[in-house]
Amino acid sequence: VSRAKPEDDEYWNSSKFKAFTFDDDDDEFSRLKESKRAVNSILVDDDDDEEEEDGVERVSWSGEPVGSISWSVKETASSIRSGSEQSFPKIDTTPSLSKQGSGYSLSSLFKGDLYDLSPEETVRRMQKGRAFSLEKFRSLQDKLLLLDEAVAVYDGNLITAVLIYLKKSLSKEILFRELMARDVALRHYVHYLKEMGEQKLLVDVHILLMQYKEHLNIKDEGQRRDFLKSCLGLPFSQDDATHVQDHYTLLERQIIIEASDKKADAEIFKKFPRKASILNMPIITTLYYSCFYHYGESEGTYSSPENIRKTFRISEKQYILTALGARAKLKSWFDVDSLFNTKNWLGYTKKRSPIGFHRVVDILQKNSAPVNVLQEYVNLIDSPELKLSVALKYKCHDIVINTYRDLKDRQELVVYREKLERDSPEYRKIQELLNNVQIRWKN
Amino acid sequence: MASHLFCGRVNLNILREAARKDLREFLDKCSGSKAIVWDEYLTGPFGLIAQYSLLKEHEVEKMFTLKGGRIPSAAVKNIVFFVRPRLELMDIIAENVASEDKLHPRDFHILFVPRRSLLCEQRLKEKGVLNSFTNIDEYILDLIPYDGDLLSMESESSFRECYLESDQTSLYHAAKGLMTLQALYGTIPQIFGKGECARHVANMMLRMKREFAGSHTQILPVFDTLLLLDRNVDLLTPLATQLTYEGLIDEIFSITNGYVKLPPEKFAQKKQGEGGKDLPTEPKKLQLNSAEELYAEIRDKNFNAVGAALSKKAKVISAAFEERHNAKTVGEIKQFVSQLPHMQAARSSLANHTSIAELIKDITTSEDFFDSLTVEQEFMTGVDTDKVSTYIEDCVAQKDPLIKILRLVCMQSVCNNGLKQKVLDFYKREILQTYGYKHILTLKNLEKVGLLKPQSTMRNNYPTIRKTLKLWMEDTNEQNPNDISYVYSGYAPLSVRLTQVLARPGWRSIEEVLKMLPGPHFEERQQVPTGLHKKRQPGENRTTLVFFLGGVTYAEIAALRFLSNMEDSGTEYIIATTKLINGTSWIKSLMDSPEENLP
Repeated sequence: VSRAKPEDDEYWNSSKFKAFTFDDDDDEFSRLKESKRAVNSILVDDDDDEEEEDGVERVSWSGEPVGSISWSVKETASSIRSGSEQSFPKIDTTPSLSKQGSGYSLSSLFKGDLYDLSPEETVRRMQKGRAFSLEKFRSLQDKLLLLDEAVAVYDGNLITAVLIYLKKSLSKEILFRELMARDVALRHYVHYLKEMGEQKLLVDVHILLMQYKEHLNIKDEGQRRDFLKSCLGLPFSQDDATHVQDHYTLLERQIIIEASDKKADAEIFKKFPRKASILNMPIITTLYYSCFYHYGESEGTYSSPENIRKTFRISEKQYILTALGARAKLKSWFDVDSLFNTKNWLGYTKKRSPIGFHRVVDILQKNSAPVNVLQEYVNLIDSPELKLSVALKYKCHDIVINTYRDLKDRQELVVYREKLERDSPEYRKIQELLNNVQIRWKN
Repeated sequence: MASHLFCGRVNLNILREAARKDLREFLDKCSGSKAIVWDEYLTGPFGLIAQYSLLKEHEVEKMFTLKGGRIPSAAVKNIVFFVRPRLELMDIIAENVASEDKLHPRDFHILFVPRRSLLCEQRLKEKGVLNSFTNIDEYILDLIPYDGDLLSMESESSFRECYLESDQTSLYHAAKGLMTLQALYGTIPQIFGKGECARHVANMMLRMKREFAGSHTQILPVFDTLLLLDRNVDLLTPLATQLTYEGLIDEIFSITNGYVKLPPEKFAQKKQGEGGKDLPTEPKKLQLNSAEELYAEIRDKNFNAVGAALSKKAKVISAAFEERHNAKTVGEIKQFVSQLPHMQAARSSLANHTSIAELIKDITTSEDFFDSLTVEQEFMTGVDTDKVSTYIEDCVAQKDPLIKILRLVCMQSVCNNGLKQKVLDFYKREILQTYGYKHILTLKNLEKVGLLKPQSTMRNNYPTIRKTLKLWMEDTNEQNPNDISYVYSGYAPLSVRLTQVLARPGWRSIEEVLKMLPGPHFEERQQVPTGLHKKRQPGENRTTLVFFLGGVTYAEIAALRFLSNMEDSGTEYIIATTKLINGTSWIKSLMDSPEENLP
């Protein structure tokens, strides 16, 4: 990544240059505590001998003296950068302020001076909980080197600490521009903003779906709808845009339907009082609701099944399944019947279904349809084997008997007869068939 | 007390003891009587390290669950918070501290698990309570000994963080955990790996090692090899329904931190005289690990072989009880009586597992289970993976649980190296219309991690991978298996095949396939101080630590145990993972649901 001069200038002008401090108070109490911590940490940390050499007063994240932010007891990450497999952009120039290594010797000359440490050394010290200072990273280039270094050690806390410093010391635009090219750091930043309740800043990051996701936190449906509406303007991909648009339209309609149905006094609402509000339900559930309470309404009304079906481009299969479920629940066998009616060019009606008729039978049976209704649909099943097994399962005697008759299977008929009640109509029907001398049985 | 940790080849109890020592030291730092306030999430993982008795020995008198308001009164000197470093928890702690009775102040301490967090301390400061704490410390709990051959970080969201949120902090923990392991069990001379995350972890380990140079551990290496595997190298395996006993328990009832909760009906105690009057309503909670002899024996079997094993065991036990009739002399009776406790334990263990097996059988023999399994196996063998599956369509129409749908759709996508755009769009539309538009977020997440994707112009390479690695075996023997494919009744988990090939004949033989799988593969060596080189006895097995970054299933563990126990395998495996997962828990961790926004 090449970085032209003007950009640096831009940075210098917009940078705020604030020191990285959380808090300035340096009260007695915390000092007391720190000394306590310092004592503790000496006992724990055995590879901290160089600590003494530095002679540097320990300084915490917030700048106050501290002893024991020891990120690890035994191991620490080194300052050596892992050379390969970096998926994020890196600046290839050396830091402008301090050279690696030289920082260390300088600091031993000027004891207590942390301002000459390289990014590597600084990150290392942060990891060990030693004294460090971020303010000395002034140029954009240095700051980004520091960030890359923090990312390279995969320590979420450290990355966040550097990001907090960058957030304070860089203009929003520049920070976002740089973060867009650094996925790991960006994710940490988004997470941090979310934690801190500063989601508003995310609009700038163009994390659109994150924005969309916010709707889940809005309880009031009116506000939720308005929020979704505001999302429509976001530059989603075409695919996502369609879904978000549908989501908005759906909620908008649900609010209208809900408002009117809440006070509706039509017969159906009295007979089957609504169990729950329709708000925020999926589209298929909404369609079911519409098929249940608003069947037969003209296409012009928002609540009509036809309107919903068209608006949300619901597949024929899904539509038939949903309407079938709703009408069967109400035991409107006539409606069920007309769902499958199609007229051919001669004007004859014919039964056709986009879902197998065996599934239609399953659904009807679950809604305790009477045998004569079931039989009608069992008869429409194409495959003879499937037809027979469904008929056996749901005890459609006529169909079973007729099938065996057509198969000229005398033995099966005899077996089936035994399962029936003596002198029931079915029983007698088998009896008659078996006595019929016209039939040439195959067995 | 932790007998399940001794039975493996590597004594993992050393690790547990080290963790307990740290815990004791912290507790003693807060001198005097104390109450622990628990972040509820942590109680599970801590249960694997210590029982209440240990805490009690160190003057822990009360335990509370962390919640808002005032901490219940307890006449103790100290209040200790055991929490994960999470901001929302800090707010609760601040509330607790602020509403403390000013007349009888108690000392406050925080133990962050696994690490301190700058953000959290900052939050406490903002709330004006940071100064109220006498001790703020961290308890590094990276790898928790879970069983004799199993270590887990118990980090639920690790896969999501690494692959979805590009937050690799959990990899850092993994590397640190491995460093701790090496400090206790010696340097691991050979490191192999496959995948981006594996590469990162290896880099971090090597870097930490350099940092550490000079202070070599003088311990004879216990592990010969470390194999780091990214979960995204093998996305297929967790999606398939596990068919081992333990795998099915996890699939159906979900095992959490080594415990499972079961519906109580089948466990009603038959008391003599009264005929099951009051059925228990609380779920039955059972601990599952290899300390239980019978469980260790059957956990890794294909479920179809469990029935026979149980009935064999029943015969052995009843024969043992019959022995009492043969006991004539006082000495014989005495001997019999001395064995009674063991026998009774075995009998109740048998009763429990018979009940569990019955519960599972009710499910595995259902039509639903069979249909679903058939479709999975079709996908895994490459049948019709490029078309819309009518089974999935029907499941959507019946509003089956969304996770089931997602699992199947993802599996189809993985087995077809991406779905045709038309097919993908169809599934997406069906899912959004039936389950709600908000699931756009979840679908996006699945796309981002590669579980769901449109087919690129590239050729579908899954068939090549399947054939080269022999992922599908036609003649799987479920009763007396001769291949790892028994754990999925035909499908041999890709991850374990990679492990198997690495041991023999080596990865060089499958270079082509390795290139087709995502991420780099690599080999590193670590210097072992002279004098610590292991001299292997002839016939002595090698020990390999396999680390699954992003989670491992029980069926994969079963397959590795099978390899360890094979007569001529030459390698024994210890398994480490970020979390024990199954398809459901895994997909769930990738979902963006409204529930997630609740605290």
